[in-house]
Amino acid sequence: MYTFSKNLKFLSLSFMVVGALALGIGFLSAPSNVEEAKAMVADAHGGHDSHAVTTHDSHAADHKEDTHHDNHNASHDTHADTHDETHAEGHDSSHDEHLLHQLQNKPWAAVYVAALFFMMIALGTLAFYAIQRAAQAGWSILLFRVMEGITAYLLPGTIIVFVLLVLSGLHLNHIFVWMDADVVAHDEIIQNKQSYLNVPFFLARALFYITGWNLYRYYSRKFSLAQDGENGVSYHKKNFRLAAGFLVFYIVTESMMSWDWIMSVDPHWFSTLFGWYVFASMIVTAVTVIAMITIYLKSRGYLEDVNDSHIHDLGKFMFGFSVFWTYLWFSQFMLIWYSNIPEEVTYFITRIEDYNFLFFGMVVMNFVFPLLILMNSDYKRNNWFIIIAGIVIVLGHYIDVYNMIMPATVGDQWSFGLSEIGSVLLFAGLFIYVVFSALTKVPLKPKGDPLVKESEHFVY
Amino acid sequence: MSNKVIHAIYDDDDVLLHAVKDVKAANHHIEEVFTPFPVHGLDKAMGLAPTRIAIASFMFGCLGLSVAIWLTNHIMIEDWPQNIGGKPSFSYLENVPAFVPVLFEMTIFFAAHLMVITFYLRSRLWPFKKAENPMPSTTDDKFLMEVAISDNEKKLVTFLKKTGAIEVKVHEKNGES
Repeated sequence: MYTFSKNLKFLSLSFMVVGALALGIGFLSAPSNVEEAKAMVADAHGGHDSHAVTTHDSHAADHKEDTHHDNHNASHDTHADTHDETHAEGHDSSHDEHLLHQLQNKPWAAVYVAALFFMMIALGTLAFYAIQRAAQAGWSILLFRVMEGITAYLLPGTIIVFVLLVLSGLHLNHIFVWMDADVVAHDEIIQNKQSYLNVPFFLARALFYITGWNLYRYYSRKFSLAQDGENGVSYHKKNFRLAAGFLVFYIVTESMMSWDWIMSVDPHWFSTLFGWYVFASMIVTAVTVIAMITIYLKSRGYLEDVNDSHIHDLGKFMFGFSVFWTYLWFSQFMLIWYSNIPEEVTYFITRIEDYNFLFFGMVVMNFVFPLLILMNSDYKRNNWFIIIAGIVIVLGHYIDVYNMIMPATVGDQWSFGLSEIGSVLLFAGLFIYVVFSALTKVPLKPKGDPLVKESEHFVY
Repeated sequence: MSNKVIHAIYDDDDVLLHAVKDVKAANHHIEEVFTPFPVHGLDKAMGLAPTRIAIASFMFGCLGLSVAIWLTNHIMIEDWPQNIGGKPSFSYLENVPAFVPVLFEMTIFFAAHLMVITFYLRSRLWPFKKAENPMPSTTDDKFLMEVAISDNEKKLVTFLKKTGAIEVKVHEKNGES
């Protein structure tokens, strides 16, 4: 039996407290009216050198072509023909209000990014676990309890995300612009999507996905524990059938989840492989977290039957899924870059202009670094290499989620301030607390599993 | 030095693997093992040095990538710039997304083909080469272990029989090794 060490518990609790405090300050310091917002931006620019001021000025001059304003400032593109006459007068005030919304969104978007990111770690682990069950894999049995521990975060994680979605639906923030009736009234593209993108249906769908995932998690865990007390294979078979069914449900709902919760923050934009792209991101993060927690538990003297070959296999998955993520990232990018259709390409123009360092930096962190460090077979058996690659991959995929949400919600007003760091700490603390508490509940070795011997003797 | 070797023939890969471990443990020198299919873990049991083909493959991949960069740059930018899909090819860096599939394919192409060729050369295989295996049935369903003899013929034969060989015979190698 694993006992939650005092130090780790202290760490997770202090993460939560510090994170909550920082986040609270982040919310309190958000501007409440246009004057405050303008003052904040002026302050931030006052400290810059002349170069920054020049770029800001030229940026303002180019504002007509500044495509990321499309989403929010609906009159901007639907009345493109009367643009010049009407826009000139309304320009300054609408720009300032837009700025205010961006700054007010910032703490909300920061919470949303972190909540999604940690929820997706649990969801990705659940999918990976279901794949092991459905494939009746022999090597990974000894890691089942670790995976089940991580998926324990699914219930709190999904509830938090759902609450945030409900708060968005109640118009407490402007993360989802299509929820704003004023915007929709002036936007034909969103009007045409109203039958899908409306708050009641949106929340009903969210509830449907969340219920399905949590039901699978509940029953698979229940059968998995029941198996320890029996000699036969009836629970093994039940888990097999359940996992196969869940995977079908998962790949459909995961894809729809990514349209609803992530892609709809840019309601004009769409990409048909977005569901796969989000899946790649969540599964690579999940496998990485499984590997890191396994190595942590092993270093504390638990999981004594887990050997280098198990770590090696997780390392192979980290390597493979990192390449898979890059493949999808690039496929999405290249098709849109090549065709250069205005409503599609705005997505990448915003990211390349305003998020250049993050957007390309994450490709280095999520592809180049793991590719080079995990290519060698021996390195994948070395705990240090897995941990170092793992930290970079986890941070890189946080930036990936950040890049999915932030450009549409805060535009060029992004930064890593108190609310971003605070919300990551808050959810990291909660994640550690929930996961390691779940690990203490049952023995870490599923001794009743019919394939556990195979896993113990697993040698590559 | 005598040219005599012992050929021990097995009909099961598990038995062979155990026999190889026993022979190694008894400090006899295994010259070679012939099998109809790759036996997992045999290289480790025989104490062969780990393969370096992965390093060769990485270098071939880098070569392929370099050739592809040169190729796309030469064809599409320097020699005959074309305007494709409204993207004039005057700058390599601005057009690189279009070339990535080519870079990727060429990397794989070079790594895969050169790795196979390297493997053949290193294993001394080339077209019309005369087969080296001492017994044709090692390409069908038999496994053959070749053990060197050093004044212990009788003892070695009985030892090998005990490891599960279905047949043990002494073989005189003539000249070529």
